[in-house]
Amino acid sequence: MKSRLRYVYDHYRFLILRRTLQLGILLLFFGANAWGWSLLVGDLSSSRILNTVPLADPFAVLQLLLAGGALAGQVLVGALIVLVAYALIGRAFCSWVCPVNLITDLAEWVRRRLGFREPPLMYLNRNLRYVVLVMVLVLSLLLSLPVFEFVSPINAAARGVAFGMGMGWALLLAIFLFDLFVVRHGYCGHICPLGAFYSLTTRFRRVRVRHVKDSCTLCGLCFNACPEPHVLGLVGKHDGTVNNPECTNCFRCVEVCDDDALFVSLSGGWSK
Amino acid sequence: MSEVDQTRRRMIFRTLQGVTLTAVGGAFWAGFVHENAQAELVLRPPGALAEDDFLATCIRCGLCVADCPYDTLKLGAYGDDVPVGTPFFEPRKVPCYLCEDIPCAAACPTGALDLLSLTDEEGELDVARSRMGVAVVDYNNCIAARGLRCDACVRACPYMGDAIFVDTRRNPRTGKHAMLVPIVDADYCTGCGLCEHACVTEKASIFVLPRDVALGRAGEHYDLPAPNFTPEVPENEI
Repeated sequence: MKSRLRYVYDHYRFLILRRTLQLGILLLFFGANAWGWSLLVGDLSSSRILNTVPLADPFAVLQLLLAGGALAGQVLVGALIVLVAYALIGRAFCSWVCPVNLITDLAEWVRRRLGFREPPLMYLNRNLRYVVLVMVLVLSLLLSLPVFEFVSPINAAARGVAFGMGMGWALLLAIFLFDLFVVRHGYCGHICPLGAFYSLTTRFRRVRVRHVKDSCTLCGLCFNACPEPHVLGLVGKHDGTVNNPECTNCFRCVEVCDDDALFVSLSGGWSK
Repeated sequence: MSEVDQTRRRMIFRTLQGVTLTAVGGAFWAGFVHENAQAELVLRPPGALAEDDFLATCIRCGLCVADCPYDTLKLGAYGDDVPVGTPFFEPRKVPCYLCEDIPCAAACPTGALDLLSLTDEEGELDVARSRMGVAVVDYNNCIAARGLRCDACVRACPYMGDAIFVDTRRNPRTGKHAMLVPIVDADYCTGCGLCEHACVTEKASIFVLPRDVALGRAGEHYDLPAPNFTPEVPENEI
């Protein structure tokens, strides 16, 4: 029994924490609107902690500013808090907070369970997300509207849980099927402009995955577990930290590694 | 061809790929967003900016909805025919009860609900300054205008006597009864929809429309005083 707990801790501790946080945030949003909880009110575009600390999605705020919205200070402070937090801890929004990650990871899990090894139906460049990001900024400026907020499955999910889903489930189902049958890691790894935004703003993050080459047996488990495997280019080649900011700091690689070759590094600075 | 030429060629081609994708994808995206943003009949919470500014300022967080004590406000979901994620209300279902502390507008982090527009000269909140819409009467279906004794909408109005009042007329059909015809004064109507909620006809015969939709504009060159609808009747007859 003890060894089984040990196994779960070694292999799933971050995964369990991530799922707890992702589902917990959704529960708090739901409870806030349904039962008047005040711990975390709002949705992922903007919220309020204990009726004092404002939080806001810096990408949504950027779109609104481009659209010409004369924003009040509260939402700007909220966006700054979130921007600085992720600048320090990396693109962790995607793997620790975003509800769409639950859906795309489920698609990936089904893929593994069913043993899908087929080549993707279409090829998507991972840099497509930066094109989408530019598209969002340009269109927000031209249309005077925050264009990603009209189609964002992230908000569709979080807002849907808190305030009513409407037909939003269709968008989420589409993403699930797209990831499952069309392109592996299709949405989060290739299309999402919010992920692209956080990749650009977390270049100097202080939390990174560190690799020790001498312990590595080249088993490939980390590559298999990673949703952005190109960031693991250093594995088996040299010591150092994962410096590509497309890494979401989900730490799946750290948990699946049986060779003590990957660690969470809290001091990982830009010098390494 | 030299090495430099190849690199440049690839660079230019990559750029054009990105530009083309942005343009083509963007055209479809812009089309969808533009369609979704067209919702002329949507009623916004108190203090909402003009619709164009509102859509460019609202971050779609739902804090106004969470803080609405009457569950009046709802957040647009896909399929609601409301710009997605933005707050709205349907007075026939739940009207706005015009809370004195205006919690919805107070909760807004972006200023899309402008508390300043609901503040009087002394700096006190004044919810009567809300202009969410304006009530419009369909006299062909209003049963009071048909001679029945109904003043449900007038009694429901928190600004009875200003925003809505009864115009008593002789009923020409019976020749001996009064008709209690409701008349709305758009200068005072907040658009809260308590009248629409109270209306007894099968489908409400008094209903709130956005002011942009329901109101005309005389033009500055008509240098005439504003009309005074309020009938000159002694206090004890109202």
